[in-house]
Formats: sequence, structure tokens, C-alpha cells
Amino acid sequence: MKNLFKIFSLVILFTGSCLTSYSAEKVEYLKTDWSFKGLFGKFDRGALQRGYQVYTEVCSSCHSMKYVSYRNLAEKGGPEFTEAQAKAIAASFEVKDGPNADGEMFTRPGKLSDKFVMPYENVKAAQAANGGAYPPDMSVLVKARGGGVDYIYSLLQGYEDPPAGFILDDGVYYNKFMYGNKIKMSNQLSDGLVEYADGTNATVEQMSKDVTTFLMWTAEPHLEARHQMGFKAIVYLIILTILVYFSMKRIWSRVETKV
Amino acid sequence: MSDHDYTPKSKAGKWFNDRLPLLTLANHLTDYPTPKNLNYWWTFGGILTFCLITQIVTGLTLAMHYIAHADMAFESVEHIMRDVNYGWLIRYIHANGASMFFLAVYIHIFRSLFYGSYKAPREIIWIIGIIIYLLMMAAAFMGYVLPWGQMSFWGATVITNLFSAIPLVGEGIVTWLWGGYSVDNPTLTRFFTLHYLIPFLILGLVVLHIWALHVPGNNNPIGIDIKKPSKDTVPFHPYIVIKDGFALLMFMIVFAFFVFYTPNILGHADNYIEADPLVTPAHIVPEWYLLPFYAILRSVPDKLLGVVAMLSAILILAALPWLDTSKIRSAVFRPLYKQFYWILVADVLILGYVGAMPAEGLYLLIARVATAYYFLHFLVVLPVLGLKEKTLPVPLSITEPVLGGSPNLATARNKESLK
Amino acid sequence: MSEKETKRRDFLFTATYAVGAVGIGAVVWPMIDQMNPDASVKALASTEVDVSSVNPGNTITVLWRGKPVFIRRRTVEEIAEAKSVKMEELKDPEKDEDRAKNPEWLVMLGVCTHLGCVPLDNKGDYNGWFCPCHGSHYDISGRIRKGPAPTNMEVPKYEFVNASTIKIG
Repeated sequence: MKNLFKIFSLVILFTGSCLTSYSAEKVEYLKTDWSFKGLFGKFDRGALQRGYQVYTEVCSSCHSMKYVSYRNLAEKGGPEFTEAQAKAIAASFEVKDGPNADGEMFTRPGKLSDKFVMPYENVKAAQAANGGAYPPDMSVLVKARGGGVDYIYSLLQGYEDPPAGFILDDGVYYNKFMYGNKIKMSNQLSDGLVEYADGTNATVEQMSKDVTTFLMWTAEPHLEARHQMGFKAIVYLIILTILVYFSMKRIWSRVETKV
Repeated sequence: MSDHDYTPKSKAGKWFNDRLPLLTLANHLTDYPTPKNLNYWWTFGGILTFCLITQIVTGLTLAMHYIAHADMAFESVEHIMRDVNYGWLIRYIHANGASMFFLAVYIHIFRSLFYGSYKAPREIIWIIGIIIYLLMMAAAFMGYVLPWGQMSFWGATVITNLFSAIPLVGEGIVTWLWGGYSVDNPTLTRFFTLHYLIPFLILGLVVLHIWALHVPGNNNPIGIDIKKPSKDTVPFHPYIVIKDGFALLMFMIVFAFFVFYTPNILGHADNYIEADPLVTPAHIVPEWYLLPFYAILRSVPDKLLGVVAMLSAILILAALPWLDTSKIRSAVFRPLYKQFYWILVADVLILGYVGAMPAEGLYLLIARVATAYYFLHFLVVLPVLGLKEKTLPVPLSITEPVLGGSPNLATARNKESLK
Repeated sequence: MSEKETKRRDFLFTATYAVGAVGIGAVVWPMIDQMNPDASVKALASTEVDVSSVNPGNTITVLWRGKPVFIRRRTVEEIAEAKSVKMEELKDPEKDEDRAKNPEWLVMLGVCTHLGCVPLDNKGDYNGWFCPCHGSHYDISGRIRKGPAPTNMEVPKYEFVNASTIKIG
């Protein structure tokens, strides 16, 4: 048994070292409490719905979200809009479809099964409209950045005047959390920019938190199911491990060697 | 194998067994006499079998939804993660399963190094093991390419470019590997094919690995030859099965924690950005399990020699049974070797650490020293140590130390202090 | 070993096996369920078809969920024929009124209920459809009359959005 604990602690050590080595690039991000962290972490529905509002009203004019569908908005574990609300949201977008019987493309109101409408036809068009910089697709953005949610949350609030002597080209902005401090996206958020449907005060901090929560969900739509299943799985494994341990003791009691 | 004289009790069983001796095989596997003093380091063979089967089953199911095309691979992975029933679960098991597989294989290899399991008459088992390890690295590397993220693409570019170090034909080989002038769709489709094939090759080799093991039987912590079956052994079933099962469950708890709570911690964030041939990520880092070899590669300033050093670092293991000249297997009775063993463990961990760091300044220096020591250990320390080392007296049977109280290590220490 | 101890041991082993079996079941299910239609397939929307240009006596075929759907605008004679069939003559008795809410329009899945081939239009002994694969004859209401197919061709869920548009699904 002693030996087994040695192995076990070795594994834990390995895990620990992974965690530290991957956070090697130390930047102090702004901290906030995320409801979705931890063993039982769940999304805050209100934050997701508000975050969706910030995304649509602010981000979506440049950033696509091509892997997310309107139906997802009504799914369990997400913002959980009602089916009718999600349908109305989808219908408020013009979707290109076709070709029809005449071989022509046409537009129609969006349906639940449609993916989020993209602001630009393709990457080249997006670059052309944004001074050569491609506003990244936001579907999995949180997972595609080292600092994850903390990084996005900080970045949105990280705009400052550059220090003296820091040279910025046209169309480049200073952000203290951006790698190299130069970012091609200007500061997008200002207090009261959106008018939240639920009456929440739309401070920059609030909007950053809401939209980041929303982005976490779009990147990891099954997070809640994962946490719930994970807890059950681990409890189950522990119970079975205990049963097997005592069975093993019984079986090995027939020989004089200890296990 | 001496247990061929098994006859099934039922008539039907006998009829079948005379034509295809599956029942004899099953009987051999359940009755297989196993040293009863095996400690928990020996459970990793069973754990590795579990890992292989898990990877094959989850891999097969993922392959039903994955699309091996440069334009659709990334999207199809997102489709698996979002829409396929339990797709996220299967993919996270598969992705983290690779890491767990390597974690287990490293423990398995270092157990062998500590207890001298590679020595006669088990050289073939060891060499098959090295081939399995090489195939695992190939499978893992190609599997990492499939999501077609930035790390996939640039990892594939960097690793395939290693072949360009070969004089004269290198460039030609790289073009051949790519099926074009850069890593692109043809590369992806062939990597997918090979990634699908290799696990079955590994499965075949695992059968040989176990077959070769069952000829001399297991080594054990004392490292002495034992008579089998005897009072030093227990039948594989139920004794070893339940013990392996218990260790496997502990392993699965760790595995489950990764899958359900930190599924992306072992991956790299850049791989969630779709492959872009125009932009290289700031740091290209291989998966953690390849880092020590990556460090060796980078520590040599010459392109060809770097590749040679990296390959040698793996292949040198195949010569280990002959480089280690000691007659004693287990490090328990080799006080000096035991110390060098732990230095080697530290050395490999250091190599892994510097492999993740930028190759400059102090890191580069450490990488060079650690690389040099790695080769020194196998080429100088082991041969010399085997001839010079004063070893401790080895017990005649397992039962002897076992009867003296708790098994192996503690007993050996007691014996040491008695003198 | 006392009897009591043996009993306790038996219980322990039984419990271990039982709990283990539950776990194996729980692991096997996701591997099976992943082959079921995924969320994006299930969400596939209904199809809307413009039928304003279909003349009486003609059939159009549209694709819905990967399968052909026949939309036939029936003539007065055809409707009369479909309604006149006696239930006793039918292998799978079903009134024409139940199959075509608006008798002028027959909407059904163009899939033979035998083994899934697509029957041909205006063919067969009953003036309806004929499946070339194994010779099933359907009448003008899409009901099976002769041949190996067991049931009538299926009528999907559909509705008229307006006079000239049918929404299937």
C-alpha cells in the first residue's frame, strides 16, 4: 500500500508540474469569480443571456462565431432562452440560402438550425475591412488563448494610454494584457454601451464578465454536463475502488504475502 | 510453456479445444504462475493494456465522425465536441488518454530499469517494448496532427522537416512524406490512415510482448529466478487480476479527473486555432511526453547531429541489455546503481523541463549537460558499474525475505544493517 | 473459516461484481449512443415547398431529411378512384381521406415500405406507383395493393402554410 501511495503522489506531482509549467508566462490577470469553475461549476444563466446581448450588439459586427447555431441558445446548459425566444432571435437574422429552383441564391429569415451568421463572407473580406487584421472567430476563442477566461476578461478592460515613448502605429492600440501590448482592436466597451434587458447596470466590468462567460459557454457548451457526469464518475470509481480493495484483501488473505 | 496438458472437463469443450486450443490458452492465462512479491509498480502492464484498448475504442468511434480533410478537419472536431452524442466525452477521453498512456508507459519503463527486467532472459520482451514505445510516439504525433489546429500543422511541419537533415535524399523524403511542397491535405489524409493503422500494430506487438513474457515469467522486485509454479508464485487469476484491477481503478480516478475537470490542461491553447500556413505560433512545443527528446534535439547545434542524437537517445535503450554488465538484476541489491538510477530519473525530468522552455541562455546550457549525462549513463556508467560495483547478497528465494516480515525492500535494508 | 465469514465474503464479491457491471454498462452506452442521430441532424429544419407550378396529374419530388417526398396534384378522376376503393381490398386498410387532408394534394415519403427503393410514378397495375426493385404496386393514394411491401407509403407530417406552399416536417 505504501508503495501505491508513492505512485499516487508521483502522479499528483506530475499533474502539479503540468499546471505550473503551462502557466509559466506570468501575467497578473484581473480576477473575478467565475460561477462555472469548480467541481459543481455551472453557468450563470443571466450572465449568459446578457453576454449574448453584448456579443450580438458589439462583438458580432466583426467577430464571427461559425460553430454555434441558434438552436444552441435554447439548449440545456446554455443561456436557456425559450424555444420561442431562440426562434425569434434566429428570425431576426438574414441567412443566405440556395440555390433555388432557378439556380439563384436568396436570403431568408434565420432558422434554429442555422449557424450564427458571419459578419464577413470570408477571412480575406474580414481582413480587408479591418486593416489587415483578422478578427478571430469567437466560437472557441477562450480555449485558444493561454490565459483562458481570465485573459479575455482582462483584455477587454486592459486599454490604457501607452507609457511615454511607446510607439504605436495607426490603427494599433495599447493594451496592458495583450502579448507585446499592441492590439489592433480598439477599446470596444464603455459604461452604458448596451442596455441590458434585465436592467443590470452595464458597466465595462459587468459587460466584460458577461461576454466572457458567454464565450466560455460557446467554447465548452457541454461544460455543465461534463461537471455533473464527472462528479458521478469519480464518486462511482471511489466506491468501486473501495469494494475492490476489500475483495483484494480477502483474496490475498489466502496467501501469507501482504498486498 | 509447461501447462499444455490441460484438458477441458466438458465433452463439447474437449471437442472444441482439440481443434482450436483456446481453452488451453485461457487456462494458461488464468493459471499463469506469477511471483507473489510483485509490487504495485508491476500493475502498469495491465494499466497499459487498458490504455491501449481505451484508445482503440474511443478512436474508432471518433473516426466515425471525423473528416480527414484540410478544409473540414477542424470543423468536424468541433462538430464532435458540440453535436455528436457524448462526442465531447469520447474526444476528451481520447486526447487525455494519450497522455495517460505515456504516463503509464514511462512508469513501466522506469520500473524495468530499476528492477533490471530487461536483462537476460528477457531481452526480447524489452526490445519489443522499445518498438511499441516508438510506435506509440508515431501514433501520438500523427494523432495530434488530426484536429488541424495551429500546433497540429506546425508540429507536423517541424517533425517532418527532421527528415530533411538526411544528406542528399533528405529533401526528397520530406516532399514524399508531405505529398506536396508543404504540409497539406495529402499529408493529413495519410497521417489519418497511419494513425488508424498503428494502434493495431501495437496491439499485435503487445501480444508478442506478453507471449515473450510468459516464456521466462515475470521478473520480480528481488530480481532472482524463481521456480514456477511453486510456493513463490500465485496463479494470475484471481490474485494478480484483482490487484491489477485495484491499481487500475486508482489510475482511472486520476484519468477521470483530467477528462472531466481539466480536459485541456495537457493540450496547447494554440491547437484551438485553425491551421494557418502563413502564421507560426510564438512557441512550438510538442506534447509533454516528447519534451525530453525535443530538448536533446535542440541541445545539439547541428541539424543532422541533433536528429541523430534524438534518435540515438531512444535506440540506445534497445542495446541496454548488453550495456548493463551487472549480473544482478534488481537495484535493491545494487546500492551504487540505485543512486545512478535516481540521477537518471532526475536527468530525464530536467530534460523534459528545459524542453518546454525556450532554447536559449541557461536553459540551453542545462539541456546540453543533461543530454551529455543521459548518454554517459548508458554508455559509461552502466558498463563500468556492472564490473566494479560491490553488490549485496541476494536471497535464494522470494519466500526467504517474505517470511522475515514485510517483503523485499524493507527486508533487504534489514539484511544490510545486520551485517 | 466460519460460515458467517464465508457469507460476508460472498456478499463482498457479489457487490463488487454488481457495481463493476453497472460501470461497464455506463461506459458502453456513450459508445453506442454516439452512432444515433446527432444534435445537428435532429435539428434539421422542415422544408418548405412552393407547389404553385404543379399541374393536376403531375408529381414533383423533393428532398426532405435525405429522402424523396412525392407531392402529387391529383385530378378529379384520380381522387374519385382513390376514394372508391373498398377497405376489404386493401392489405393495409387506410381511407384516402386520412392520407390526403386536402384530396387534391397527396404528400408522402417516396420510399417503398418493402426495402427502401424509390417507386416509379404513373406505373403499375393500380395507376399509381410501382417499385422496380421487387415489384410492389401502389394505388393513386400510395396504398400497397400487390407485391411484397407490407404497408402503405408513409405520409409525413406536413401543413399548408398558404395556398401554394407546403411545409414538410
